[in-house]
Amino acid sequence: MSINANLKRALTVVAAATLSAITFSASAADPTKVGFVYVGPVGDHGWTYRHDIGRQAIEAEFGDAVETTFVESVPEGADAERVIRKLASTGHDLIFTTSFGYMNPTIKAAKDFPNVKFEHATGYKRGDNVSTYSARFYEGRAVLGTMAGMMTKTNTIGYIASFPIPEVVRGINAFTIAMRKVNPSAEVKVVWVNTWYDPGKEADAAKALIDQGVDIITQHTDSPAPLQVAEERGVMGFGQASDMSAFAPKAQLTSIIDDWDPYYIKRTKAVIDGTWESMDTWEGISTGMVGFAEYGDAVPEDVKAAADVVREGIVAGTMHPFEGPINNQQGEQIVGAGEIIDDGVLLGMNYYVEGVQGDLPK
Amino acid sequence: MNEILILTILTIITAATPLVYAAIGELVVERSGVLNLGVEGMMLAGAVCSFATAHYTGSGMAGIVAGMLAGVLMALLFAFLTLSLQSSQVATGLALTIFGVGLSALIGQPLVGIAFDGLPSLNIPLLSNLPVVGQLLFSHDILVYGSFILVAAVAWFLNKSRAGLVLRSIGDSHNAAHALGLKVIRVRYCATLFGGACAGIGGSYLSLVYTPMWVENMSAGRGWIALALVVFAVWQPGRLLLGAYLFGGISILQLHAQALGINVPSQLMSMLPYATTILVLVLISRDRGRIRRNAPASIGQAFHPTT
Repeated sequence: MSINANLKRALTVVAAATLSAITFSASAADPTKVGFVYVGPVGDHGWTYRHDIGRQAIEAEFGDAVETTFVESVPEGADAERVIRKLASTGHDLIFTTSFGYMNPTIKAAKDFPNVKFEHATGYKRGDNVSTYSARFYEGRAVLGTMAGMMTKTNTIGYIASFPIPEVVRGINAFTIAMRKVNPSAEVKVVWVNTWYDPGKEADAAKALIDQGVDIITQHTDSPAPLQVAEERGVMGFGQASDMSAFAPKAQLTSIIDDWDPYYIKRTKAVIDGTWESMDTWEGISTGMVGFAEYGDAVPEDVKAAADVVREGIVAGTMHPFEGPINNQQGEQIVGAGEIIDDGVLLGMNYYVEGVQGDLPK
Repeated sequence: MNEILILTILTIITAATPLVYAAIGELVVERSGVLNLGVEGMMLAGAVCSFATAHYTGSGMAGIVAGMLAGVLMALLFAFLTLSLQSSQVATGLALTIFGVGLSALIGQPLVGIAFDGLPSLNIPLLSNLPVVGQLLFSHDILVYGSFILVAAVAWFLNKSRAGLVLRSIGDSHNAAHALGLKVIRVRYCATLFGGACAGIGGSYLSLVYTPMWVENMSAGRGWIALALVVFAVWQPGRLLLGAYLFGGISILQLHAQALGINVPSQLMSMLPYATTILVLVLISRDRGRIRRNAPASIGQAFHPTT
């Protein structure tokens, strides 16, 4: 397998070289050049797919004034640095590196290219020419949790999770807290599949959960496979990253949509205008970075109304997904009424709240 | 509880079937003395071509045929390079996998985000109405029945037929077989193409039944598990079937265990197929006679016919 990975890396570098060759020959009117580094294929219908939609939005917005390139399926690690350097040294003005594992390579490359602006997704290291950005997906999870709590009949929800990192745990907790607010007897069963992306395994996990009596499925993995299983078995579910209703016209209640378009357009504009500054962005529903698909036909009016209340409350700032009282799994109160867990704790969240079954893998 | 058990077994069958197809094909290939590491690439080519065909024609059967043909074409490329031009089988096989990943992504570009209804179950009349047994044994799609028939046919072919004997002898010593006047290259071509067809059908199963859709790299390493399975089975069809269901069973049961709240480290489960294969390799290499009986002796070696 490692030989395979090495060959893949080699090919990626070749791909990067080819891409830069293409961009060299095409720079006639000196447009602003924007480069993207993707961790997956653009055809994953999930994470990378949505970033690429954002790239296309830049092209649609600025037309000939910009030129975009992307390199897909770039492994996280040292070779990412080579790809980033390649983009930086071929006249790109702004480079988005769209996975957590590109953090150190981005920082390193950025030091040698002070005139190039870098934007790293989901990381926490910044520099004079490196910004970071991420989305508060947990806000979206709170909306889903509200809907699930109201709609479940078996009072058990299935949650297909990828890796036990704070980002995923935060989502599980936000979902569970919101669910228990509307339905204190509902519980969440979590299954870890140890992958971001394996349609077969995700489908198997969905089947296992449904066999054990859950009637709503939600997921923090990238393929539409779990929703497709939900459709086939006649249960409900939520899409991930993009609208997946094509795969589950009846089963999809709604879907969280990663909407990077406005942010990408804003940052590209800043580079064109010369007003770009290094900053940290962590935005949610209020700026549209976390969006939603249309409600499915199966969603009753009162559930839609309740979900809208949560959405609007979060946008208005009158409601926070991590507002106390919050109990831990042992039933002890860890956050008092009215208190809110701050961003620092959220970024390192490593425990389950009350209502989640099982132990968090360490 | 009974209901859960039946549903679990049904899930295991869908998890095991693509492995059975890909691995049984590779078993025949390896028995003829050729090591094709491109199973993953052939599966992906099969998956995308059968999804495309099924989508545009609306016929699942046409999809399966297209998947099979795609696998055969990929295998033909491999066979031409390794058997006719005598390139390294290991390197060519790896290249075939990488090629398959890229090619399938290219072909599949317009297919991302499209759903397919999946193959209908082929309920065998009367028998499928039996309680429990009917649901377990007689209400699957055509590819599941096909996988059992295929394994039985391959077992018969290898152990009972004259052609199977020829194939095995070529795998054991191509020089001796050549001296006897057997057509080494021709037989290896046939075996390799058969392996491609099987891997292609395995891919069809992924994109038409398992998860009826196309997304890039959807086989997610199943081709490599199939390769491990062949070794795990010590190159015997019966054991291969057992192994595929064991691998499939473990991965499904650990998901159930998690949902029940039993703590199993899922990382451990992900590596289990490979770990058990290493264990089997260690165990069988303690007993030299056993390996000699089953493992094709000239596997992976290029054949230079002496005139």
